[in-house]
Amino acid sequence: MDSPLLALDAVGVQLATARGPLRAVDGVSLALEPGRTLGIVGESGSGKTMLARAILRLLPANATLTGSVRLGDEELTTLGREALRRLRGRSIAVVFQDPMTSLNPVLTIGTQIVETLQAHLELDAAAARVRAIELLAAVGLPAPEQRLRQYPHQLSGGMRQRVAIAIAVSCEPRLLIADEPTTALDVTVQAQILDLLAREQQRRHMAMVLITHDLGIVAGRTDDVAVMYAGRVVERARTRTLFKAMRMPYTQALLAAIPRVDAAPHTALSAIPGRPPDMTRLPPGCAFAPRCARAGDRCERERPPLGGGSAHAFACWHPIVAPVAQPA
Amino acid sequence: MTAATSSGDPQALLGVEDLVVEYTVHRLTVHAVSGVSFEIARGETLGLVGESGCGKSSLARAVLRLAEPRAGRVRFDGHDLTAMRGEDLRRMRRHLQMVFQDPIASLNPRRRIADIVAEPLVIAGIADRAERERRVAGAMLAVGLDPETAGTRRPHEFSGGQCQRVCIARALVLEPKLLVCDEPVSSLDVSIRAQILNLLEQMKARYGLTMLFVAHDLAVVKAVSDRIAVMYLGKLCEVAGAEDLFRAPLHPYTATLLAAIPVPDPDAPRAPSVGFGEPPSPVSPPSGCRFRTRCARADARCAHEVPVMRELRRGHRVACHHPLEPVTASGPLGARLL
Amino acid sequence: MAAADHAVSAPDVAAAEPRRSTGPGLVFWCALGWIVALVAAAAFADLLPLPSPSDMDLLERRAAPSAEHWLGTDNLGRDVAARLVFGARTSLTVGLCAPLIGLVLGGAAGLLAGYFRGRVDTFVSGAVDVLLAFPPLVLALAVTAFLGQSLLNMTLILGFLGIPVFTRVARSATLALAQREFVTAARALGATHARILLHELLPNVALPLGAFLLVAVAVTIVVETILSFLGLGVPPPQASWGSMIGEGRESLDSAAWLAFTPAAVMFVTVLAFNLVGDTVRAITDPRRALRS
Repeated sequence: MDSPLLALDAVGVQLATARGPLRAVDGVSLALEPGRTLGIVGESGSGKTMLARAILRLLPANATLTGSVRLGDEELTTLGREALRRLRGRSIAVVFQDPMTSLNPVLTIGTQIVETLQAHLELDAAAARVRAIELLAAVGLPAPEQRLRQYPHQLSGGMRQRVAIAIAVSCEPRLLIADEPTTALDVTVQAQILDLLAREQQRRHMAMVLITHDLGIVAGRTDDVAVMYAGRVVERARTRTLFKAMRMPYTQALLAAIPRVDAAPHTALSAIPGRPPDMTRLPPGCAFAPRCARAGDRCERERPPLGGGSAHAFACWHPIVAPVAQPA
Repeated sequence: MTAATSSGDPQALLGVEDLVVEYTVHRLTVHAVSGVSFEIARGETLGLVGESGCGKSSLARAVLRLAEPRAGRVRFDGHDLTAMRGEDLRRMRRHLQMVFQDPIASLNPRRRIADIVAEPLVIAGIADRAERERRVAGAMLAVGLDPETAGTRRPHEFSGGQCQRVCIARALVLEPKLLVCDEPVSSLDVSIRAQILNLLEQMKARYGLTMLFVAHDLAVVKAVSDRIAVMYLGKLCEVAGAEDLFRAPLHPYTATLLAAIPVPDPDAPRAPSVGFGEPPSPVSPPSGCRFRTRCARADARCAHEVPVMRELRRGHRVACHHPLEPVTASGPLGARLL
Repeated sequence: MAAADHAVSAPDVAAAEPRRSTGPGLVFWCALGWIVALVAAAAFADLLPLPSPSDMDLLERRAAPSAEHWLGTDNLGRDVAARLVFGARTSLTVGLCAPLIGLVLGGAAGLLAGYFRGRVDTFVSGAVDVLLAFPPLVLALAVTAFLGQSLLNMTLILGFLGIPVFTRVARSATLALAQREFVTAARALGATHARILLHELLPNVALPLGAFLLVAVAVTIVVETILSFLGLGVPPPQASWGSMIGEGRESLDSAAWLAFTPAAVMFVTVLAFNLVGDTVRAITDPRRALRS
């Protein structure tokens, strides 16, 4: 087994807001080996996007980062600005949710790719242009030479996302972070983009962090998965293990709340009652307790630590014991 | 279910005939809806599913005359909605209501919740204040909101899910006959989606609603619909009972959609996505069958002849020259689809 | 179902924005205080223990400040303090009334243009372009030549010239809002155009218009001062800061304060209006109205 490419140890992000400190990410520890895909699942407010930004150190001005983020041998949290700039795009690349905002709308596609190539790989303009065309073809964009001259708004959402992926993999990064890369896309395009990501990952032996709220995507496309709730990892396991034997009531409830393609019409969905918590006023115990059907006294008083072993970790006082068949 | 005729099924609450919606953007004509016909029986929920750009939102708005159709007819409860004007149309509106995609943008940020929910009553001319308050309270309780605490607040104090409840309350306070939902849960979190879908089902039962449910998520549509219509680039591809559509789709596009749905089961077989490319632009849709540029079964006939909606099985209509074999349930997709 | 029922009774306090992120500070209150004091002084000018602003005391011309004349006298022996206060009347009357004309007429035109679009918008935008193309000074000259100089005429001219700007502000705010779903929802409910304009759009457009009004007041005061300085403003012997500055120009070498005092008062007043306007805009904008 390779040593982990990415190792997070007790990473925390605290935001200073007018209503008090907000722990957007609290004590997250994860590891990712080269060539594998880690899925991070959570709803809005779970801290998954903030975690991605913490790895890249693209945090807002009012944020404080604690803990350790190691990429290979380098400690990212203490890296100087120049070294960090070299790292971003070269060793770690990002694909965001909305390619319309992550691509510069006033520059042509060609300018943006070529700029990246020149900055990180020190190619001259002609070589960079050739490479750019190769990349666009590799991501399945029809008529790549013409695309170089086009602007982002002239392309569809799926095509823009392909361009974003091309830019991201252009410098052969060791780690690719994809933050909700397909949420804004149609389901048929989504499948194509996810396939593309998987292909590129295999080809370049990249590690990938796939952040999403969609358990369906996680099931089919990740090797390991971490479930986040209210800033913490509440369950972490190999993907197969998680789906076959989930321990966290939240994970199970989340799965049960998804309408199933094979369910009969008008089947009542088992909704999770209540709402995600107010992050500035977290309860002292387990953050999910107010909405949990299995919650007891201890859950409200004491916060469960992430335990259960490294193969399948979960944070719950009353975990689901037996391997649960998926709710029909 | 017969194909839509001009006289229409008397059991149908809503009948749409050859509806055409177009609009101009920068001197280009966008053919959002190009001749769509369907019917919804009383008490039925028709799901309308399709990807972005297929025209389903334009269709939903045209049904309510929020967008003007270029051609075609909408019949509602025996009235010709497309021919109505002015005061008649406004008075008709109380029977057809809509819930929109963005719940927070659907509410006036400067008004209080109670006033927002009371608005339809004011417009309908219900002068008695006590009566209005009673009905507002009733509608709010029905959707799970407390009129006392929530009524005096403003939309920005609520979450997306709660705002959607307010929108539903507002849509139902006049007890309409038809409720059109345009992607009502797409912008909500997964755990909240289930709550709102359950709520819509409850409201349908409580108020005896007929519903047109528009969404891009097939699984969501299946959860609430009796029948489902699949739309692509301004035209209907297939209309069938919900269970039937999923078990044995006849149109290649429907099959593509079904194959692309990510299933939360790591052992589920996944058909690799064939490079089907992007949907063409609704400004210049392909000739003949609009799906032919992405269809593995397309041939010369598909380029020249627009396929007509035919009933191939009982209650199952499809517009395709080369529909899938009904027996294809045993194919690579069938093993997963039940 | 129980699950849905106990979903939500209390509103989500988490979503509420903090109240005092950009609260008014000391500067704001000082500015507001100045404005209030000035308005009060102008309103009750007759009750103040000041000599009449048009009383000429030719023996006491260009006198230094004294017990009798708190700020001295001008070229014609008139009390400077009194003229300042009565001049405030002029400036504030024009400064407040003219923008109001612009707000009401321009705001209405902008609302209609932004909501109805099409031909209405073309017409209104065209009219705005024409108005903006008019050289304002020439127009003022022409009107005063025909109708004479007076406070009323000044107010009307400046009000008229202010219409296009308000139209633009209202129009762009309305264009943005009219596409939002709460307006579509109102149409779906069967609301008439009038109802949508008054109940849905106006409360939301009123905020940016109101904030802009305060800034417009400041600008109008400056413009009025300039016109009076050029002799196009209210006719003598009515007091006006602009004419005071104009008259003070002759004695810049001997009695500089005759020009600088009214200029300083005008400066502070305009600054005060700008500060108040900016703070009002900052408080109202991000918290409530137009969330994207």
